[in-house]
Amino acid sequence: MTTLQEKPMASRRQALGHGAALAALLLGAGLFTPLARAWNAQAFGAKSIADALAALGAGALSESADVTLSGPDIAENGAVVAFAIGTALPGVSRLLLMVEKNPVPLVALFQVSPSVEPAFSLRAKLAQSSAVYAVALMDDGRALYARREVRVTLGSCGA
Amino acid sequence: MADPMRIRAQAGGGKATVRILMAHEMESGQRKDEAGHIAPAWFIQEVSVTHNGKPVLSADWGPGVSKNPYLQFVLKDAQAGDTVGVQWRDNRGETRSDQATVA
Repeated sequence: MTTLQEKPMASRRQALGHGAALAALLLGAGLFTPLARAWNAQAFGAKSIADALAALGAGALSESADVTLSGPDIAENGAVVAFAIGTALPGVSRLLLMVEKNPVPLVALFQVSPSVEPAFSLRAKLAQSSAVYAVALMDDGRALYARREVRVTLGSCGA
Repeated sequence: MADPMRIRAQAGGGKATVRILMAHEMESGQRKDEAGHIAPAWFIQEVSVTHNGKPVLSADWGPGVSKNPYLQFVLKDAQAGDTVGVQWRDNRGETRSDQATVA
């Protein structure tokens, strides 16, 4: 009992040392990510494309023929509109789908990984006729986009 | 627990096209019922995919993804017999995982 009380500071320092060593070991093993990405509430709460991009740390926006966005010109049902986003460029970190006139323009964000082709098909809601963007966020901070206009004959949000 | 996802993965040329149909209301939080009450937001926020147990894809979604979400992508270096696992988590903290074998 007395040995525990004799040098409390030394044992705490030891414990901290062991804890740090353990964390370093786990980090190295890739099993523990204390800075694991959380759902970006700021980006998914942003009411404009510019605010969503700022919340994602995106840099200068420029249009690029190397980012692809396919979808209909006219959507009869705004609740379900199919899009495919993609890029063949190297150095892409994330791919986004954004709908300008939706209450929340950021629809989806994909973390690009070497195991999956950087191309995704999904279905989005369009509140009204709107410009739609596929945005490739590059490792170097640039944001490259492709844009389409989609006309909706039956909107999805209030109906 | 939510209804199961339908996952189909078809191998070809060293890759596999994966198609997923998830069962979820994806309530945007904008819709009002007849009495004028807003249906609260309830939607899938995170989707993760594994290939033979290894994480290969991670996606974040907002309320703008359609009800009963559909997702399609191509897995590199995949062949028949591989396992594809998909998990989603929604804004209420509910989760669902399912897996399928690449055909």
